[in-house]
Amino acid sequence: MSPAVAVLVVGSCVAASCALIGCFLVLRQMALLGDAISHAVLPGIALAFLLSGSRDPFSMVLGAGLLGVVTVFLVELGTRTRRLQEDASIGVVFPALFSIGVILIARYAGQVDLDLECVLYGEIAYAPYDLFYWGERALGPRALWINGVILVLVGAFVTLFYKELKLTTFDAGLAAALGFAPVLVHYLLMGMLSITVVGAFESVGAILVVAMLVVPPATAYLLTERLGLMLGLSVAFGLAAAWLGYAVAGWLDASIAGAMAMVSGLLFAVVFVAAPRHGLLAKLLRQRRLGRGMAEQLLLLHVAGEDAGDGVPVPAGDAPADHLELVARRFAWPRRRLEAIARRLRQRGWLEQSADGRLVLTADGASALDRSGQATLRHPLAE
Amino acid sequence: MIELSFTARNVLLGATLLGVVGGVMGCFAFLRRQSLLGDALAHAALPGVCLGYLLTGAKTPLPLFLGALGAGLLGALTIVAIVRYSRLKEDTAIGMVLSVYFGVGIVLLTYIQKLPYGNQSGLDKFLFGQAATLMPRDLEVMSLLGLFVLATVALFYKELKLLAFDPDFGAASGLPMKRLELLLTVLLVTVVVVGLQTVGVILIVATLVTPAAAARQWTERLGVMILLSAALGGGAGALGALLSARIAKLPTGPVIVLVSSAVLVVSLLMAPRRGLLWAKLADRRMVRRIRRENLLRDLYVLGERAGGWATPTPWSALMGMRGHSGGQIDSVARSLRRDGLLERTGGGARLTGSGFDVARRIVRKHRLWELYLTRQLDLAADHVHRDADAMEHTLSDEAVAALEAKLGHPRVDPHGRPIPPLHGSTPSPPAAVAEAGAGAAS
Repeated sequence: MSPAVAVLVVGSCVAASCALIGCFLVLRQMALLGDAISHAVLPGIALAFLLSGSRDPFSMVLGAGLLGVVTVFLVELGTRTRRLQEDASIGVVFPALFSIGVILIARYAGQVDLDLECVLYGEIAYAPYDLFYWGERALGPRALWINGVILVLVGAFVTLFYKELKLTTFDAGLAAALGFAPVLVHYLLMGMLSITVVGAFESVGAILVVAMLVVPPATAYLLTERLGLMLGLSVAFGLAAAWLGYAVAGWLDASIAGAMAMVSGLLFAVVFVAAPRHGLLAKLLRQRRLGRGMAEQLLLLHVAGEDAGDGVPVPAGDAPADHLELVARRFAWPRRRLEAIARRLRQRGWLEQSADGRLVLTADGASALDRSGQATLRHPLAE
Repeated sequence: MIELSFTARNVLLGATLLGVVGGVMGCFAFLRRQSLLGDALAHAALPGVCLGYLLTGAKTPLPLFLGALGAGLLGALTIVAIVRYSRLKEDTAIGMVLSVYFGVGIVLLTYIQKLPYGNQSGLDKFLFGQAATLMPRDLEVMSLLGLFVLATVALFYKELKLLAFDPDFGAASGLPMKRLELLLTVLLVTVVVVGLQTVGVILIVATLVTPAAAARQWTERLGVMILLSAALGGGAGALGALLSARIAKLPTGPVIVLVSSAVLVVSLLMAPRRGLLWAKLADRRMVRRIRRENLLRDLYVLGERAGGWATPTPWSALMGMRGHSGGQIDSVARSLRRDGLLERTGGGARLTGSGFDVARRIVRKHRLWELYLTRQLDLAADHVHRDADAMEHTLSDEAVAALEAKLGHPRVDPHGRPIPPLHGSTPSPPAAVAEAGAGAAS
């Protein structure tokens, strides 16, 4: 296996497991717990190294998994006793645990083959050269084995507990009433999160784990309303970030993990702006269309009122040059805006301009106004 | 006085300064429930620091500061924009900004390190901080920034207080709350910059949140909280710096964090009123009191059923009342006996004169409350026992007197049992009966 392929495969495994677990974090508003765990497992990893004397994956997963549960427990302890808000509880727990990890590593750096900077921003580029030995035989990159197994575990977890995860995520109350044990599912999820974080920790570093956990699911969330599709899209964005990030890193000759995080952010930015329903552009367009429709209706109503002979006082100031000017002043609209609206209504055949420049309602316009009035009355907001 | 080397003195000054400034600003972040915003800002500052270096090619404080400030503010704005214009929640937005900005920072950092002049930059020390590299010139910049933060907080104290507790009221009173929020963000970023070299990007959040969280446990007043938090932060910084100077291979940043975390744990446990230890103790005392009062009432009720309190009530009858084990009742009985409220005879227990008085008072509360519930709230007589069970331990004497007056000094409870009077000799206390009996027999 060539180094480039190995890096890509390891990156893909990490991205896929993180993307799957991350969806539930984002939906349950626990994104920052993922951040906390990704830092707090450090002492677990360091202790596992110190106690087992080797980089044995099993004790590493065990140590980190334990610390993950400890983190969740401590954070919940702070909030349950109502002495700390959740944000503060997270904000005091993970730096303390992370500090313990840093001190452990700094003091026993000689005995531990663990580099602080690697831990933090990861060096996935070294992953292909760190081989997994079974007895004497090298069986390919260690990180590949670890993250591959983790991906299988996470995939199995999400598949097997899909129904439970879905229900406890969207309606914990109903889930409890139906006997689905939301607390158990919560702790299982936290356990899987810890395992995912551990695997990713070594190969891509703590911060990229957070990026992989949070950004692709958030991107997917802007594109769909269905959990199944969200999981799929999230994995797709995760993989895209991993591959494109690898390319960018090669181009800039910079950190691969950092580039993957950066690309995931760029992908999010694109979707944030351009998503069909929840995107910024779509939202602004919708607002504009709504505003335009309102303005059109207002103008039709106004003209209809004038035609019906409603007394319209002439606004103070100089005498208006023409009818358009008068209406524009009444609505405090710029004249150009009024002209644009009037033009659209004329094209639709709802308004026409008489010889002296007055706006007059057509028969079509009158019936359109009637229809929209009834629609407004039927609108739930009108009740 | 401890002899300090030049480096150690710089570290000590830097750590104390950061502790004080972080402690002050942390209070506002803590109260606004934005503790993790500081974390995000610190991470987001990294690409700014790198850009500042890339553009000027030198590690001078000002460009790095401006870079951090710009990137930090951009990060804060990104969070606001994501929350405002999409359906993502704040926690996700913070997580995204934190990790993506940091990722960009790492890319720039590794890019810089591969530049010909990049190796000497020492920029990567900003991740964990390297206090030992603090120079007097850095300290000057840090002091200036710190003074700026403290002076601004003092100047806008009233406005920031309003922002922390009731921003809506502030907005309604015509204060520019949006601009104040921006000011708060600028101040937070400034703290981040102050802490970059001492504790590094990753642990700055702890210098903000931990002292503030600890100070919060001791007081309900913002002014006191800020002073206390500054003192705790400064103290933790100084102690951490000294420890790491004394002991080899002990990185400064993490030690500071652990010292202030220890202070927080002590505060959470021991602070007066909010301390968890006191709450636990008060709970236990309450449980103990309830158990004692229950046993006294059980003895009273059983004696009442038996027609008098002279003969001791057997253990088995007491166990039958609440399904408690003999051991449980035994331990409660022992404490009652120590206080002279109960005496043990043969296979049972008997109320003493003073024990009888106490028991009678509890039974009175219980039965008066039952009567109140049935008469005034129209609850069925068989539904009120449980509620009265709880109230008998909490009703004050004044409340009982008022209750009795309201009910017209009743004599029987809804179950037809007598409500014992507060004083008086009917029914006579058991000890007196027993003594009279003994006297008659002799």
